[in-house]
Amino acid sequence: MADEKKPGLFEKGGKLYWLHSTIDAFDTFLRVPGTVTAKGAHVRDGIDLKRVMIMVVIALVPAALFGMYNVGLQTSLTYGLDWNFWHMFWYGLLRMLPLFVVSYLVGLAIEFGSSQIRGEEVNEGYLVTGFLIPLIVPVDVPLWMLALAVAFSVIFVKEVFGGTGMNIWNPALVARAFLFFSYPSSMSGSSVWVSKTWVSALKDVDAVSAATPLAIAHDGAFDAATGAVGQYSFLDMFYGFIPGSTGETSVIAILLGAILLVWTGVASWKIMVSSIAGGLLVGWLGQLAGATAVPCYYQLVMGGFLFGSVFMATDPVTAAQTETGKWIYGFLIGALAVVVRLWNPGYMEGMMLAILFMNTMAPLIDHCVVTSRINRRAKRIKTA
Amino acid sequence: MSNHLDLKKGLDIPLKGAAAPTVAKTVKPGLVAVKPTDFKGFLPRLLVKEGDRVLAGSPVLVDKQNPAILVTSPVSGTVAQIVRGEKRKLLAVLVQADDSQEYVDFGSKVPADAEQVKELLLKTGLWMSLVQRPYGVMADPALRPKAVFVSTYSTAPLAADTEFTLGDRFADIQAGVNALGLLTDGGVHLAVNKAVWSSTPFHKVEHAITHEVSGKHPAGNVGVQISHIAPIQKGETVWTVSPLLLAAIGRVINTGKLDLTRKVAVTGPVVKNPAYVVALPGTPVKELVDVPADARVIGGDVLTGETLGADGCLGFFQDQLTLLHEGTEREWFGWAKPFRPKVHSSSWCYFSWLTPKKKYDMDTNLHGGPRAFVETKCFEDVTPMDIFPIYLIKACLAGDIEKMEKFGIYEVLPEDLALCDYVDPSKNDIQAIIQQGIDLMIKEMA
Repeated sequence: MADEKKPGLFEKGGKLYWLHSTIDAFDTFLRVPGTVTAKGAHVRDGIDLKRVMIMVVIALVPAALFGMYNVGLQTSLTYGLDWNFWHMFWYGLLRMLPLFVVSYLVGLAIEFGSSQIRGEEVNEGYLVTGFLIPLIVPVDVPLWMLALAVAFSVIFVKEVFGGTGMNIWNPALVARAFLFFSYPSSMSGSSVWVSKTWVSALKDVDAVSAATPLAIAHDGAFDAATGAVGQYSFLDMFYGFIPGSTGETSVIAILLGAILLVWTGVASWKIMVSSIAGGLLVGWLGQLAGATAVPCYYQLVMGGFLFGSVFMATDPVTAAQTETGKWIYGFLIGALAVVVRLWNPGYMEGMMLAILFMNTMAPLIDHCVVTSRINRRAKRIKTA
Repeated sequence: MSNHLDLKKGLDIPLKGAAAPTVAKTVKPGLVAVKPTDFKGFLPRLLVKEGDRVLAGSPVLVDKQNPAILVTSPVSGTVAQIVRGEKRKLLAVLVQADDSQEYVDFGSKVPADAEQVKELLLKTGLWMSLVQRPYGVMADPALRPKAVFVSTYSTAPLAADTEFTLGDRFADIQAGVNALGLLTDGGVHLAVNKAVWSSTPFHKVEHAITHEVSGKHPAGNVGVQISHIAPIQKGETVWTVSPLLLAAIGRVINTGKLDLTRKVAVTGPVVKNPAYVVALPGTPVKELVDVPADARVIGGDVLTGETLGADGCLGFFQDQLTLLHEGTEREWFGWAKPFRPKVHSSSWCYFSWLTPKKKYDMDTNLHGGPRAFVETKCFEDVTPMDIFPIYLIKACLAGDIEKMEKFGIYEVLPEDLALCDYVDPSKNDIQAIIQQGIDLMIKEMA
């Protein structure tokens, strides 16, 4: 038990006191700290960051579970394997497990080390980041690449700024961006989205092209009569039976998470709604302008748009902090993501870059909102 | 004339142990403490020594900077002890009360102009009941404030119900309002609880501008009301006074005697039979309530109160005691449990919203560890003022005077943001941060 080790050795003055951040982290993970209020309000709300973060992880679980099933499903479809539901799910689970392990091990090790150096308690933020990263990368991404991306992101995006709460960009997205730009052949194209690593060991298969609907739509293969993008119908995309990053495919699973996040107030519904509104508007304009034949609402069910809007854009640390700012921030994310999708010859998916760009712009948005409020306040006080 | 103020934001903390509207006992004054630490901005110099005789209303302390400002004894008796702390800091003057009380006669002439009011308040020590904003310090007699504000009720957790404690003091309150009205050109603003509007005597007070206020805590905070009625801007001052001390001012005008007797709400989950106790300020806690071994005794409410300790004494401004258990017990997997029926949370991450009427046996546990700010919308949800709490807090942390001014430091006291302490999942001490900002303002703007 962590708490039995605690007296003496790990207390101030003890030999292993320098390890206290790590010990405290395990100790407070098991039991609520016995700290009492010293200053300010004498009673405090039961909420803490551990609870907030675990809510986000729970909200991600439907997307993760569906994603695991879908990994198996896509492999079985692509390679013509005769698998039942449990085969598919177990295949996906076993494929995903190493990603989760690597993501958490590397990320938490760095997180704990940094907290030790700073002498602070370990922050819970990585619980969410570590869960998000495996869901937004191709399932066959080599583990060493993942480890490298996680390390880069946690060190240079989070810890150098001072840890959770101080970072400017969403660490999970930066990990993805790192992979995307460093190892494009493992991160994009039409052959990375269906897991084949283990299958190729069992069966002699060639790399099979399995383009995502986003890529198909990008190439213009949209059948206006049936509403299908390539071989995928709208409902396929809505349910999530399509190739893509593990967590992003199922609209239903993501909406379940969104309901929990909005219900608990952990994530801002304003950002989700405005991001969707921005995406729809630009998608519609794009259709009018002839940039695409795909109806605007298809933008929501293809690629990582919804996953990004619900789980990534709403990160309270990197999003706009003012309520008006959240509307603007979300709207611009949705709009920019679809702009990139429609008017960009290179990248198929604009969500990642749109969110990272708006993370950068969020303080500016807040600054404008706050300044305008201050000016209004000044006027109000004069007239009062 | 009446104005409406309906505030939507805020939070009522469902704490167990509200005082029943009965007087459980009347404490006969024994050893009574006069504490200079009750008054912000007051630099005390002793006027008495051990063994001196004092009457109720005799000066005991004087301000080093302004010799007109006095603190007086609430009882007649003998100075028993001068209590000093570290660096000989004066903590309290203990007066052993006589069996029968003698009062200084301040005359029964109703003051006719501002000078007479000031003179009376300074002489009686009731000047100390005026709190000056910005910064929440003792009032400067040389100033003429923009207006005087009184919130006739409190929305703080388990606060004394002024309908019960002051309902029979209408004449005193009217006299107090009349006197304070002479000190300002902006009039006396009375904020009255809308819920009891028809039955309360406060809305019948004349020569005052009344405001009907509704909403959750902190709607009853005078600072929140001011920010909606007439926000304070740079260079302005307003004075506020609690209804309790407004009644004391009225009484000295009506009777010529300094009578600080009050009904003190003894509240909190630890108290067996929470009810009211009639006592003077400075009365030892032990005479007011039996204190269990592990209890924390708070003078005032749980959000803004001062830790008095079992050996402490009731403060000048306080008409409430709250007793809580110290929350040192460590709950296994507290944060991960789906249900924690004993813990209240305003966040929907827990299930307190299922039981909106439930009262909780809260303790002083922090329920988490200190972290950087992450969730900040919760601050806005409990701050019904036209300010950005998180930006003000950060400006205070950074010590950026210009930004503090812009974000509304003149309008707030720590008590107005006390709920931010409560709801913050990152467990920051917001009130301490705001106070740090205010202290910096006082230092830099002096």
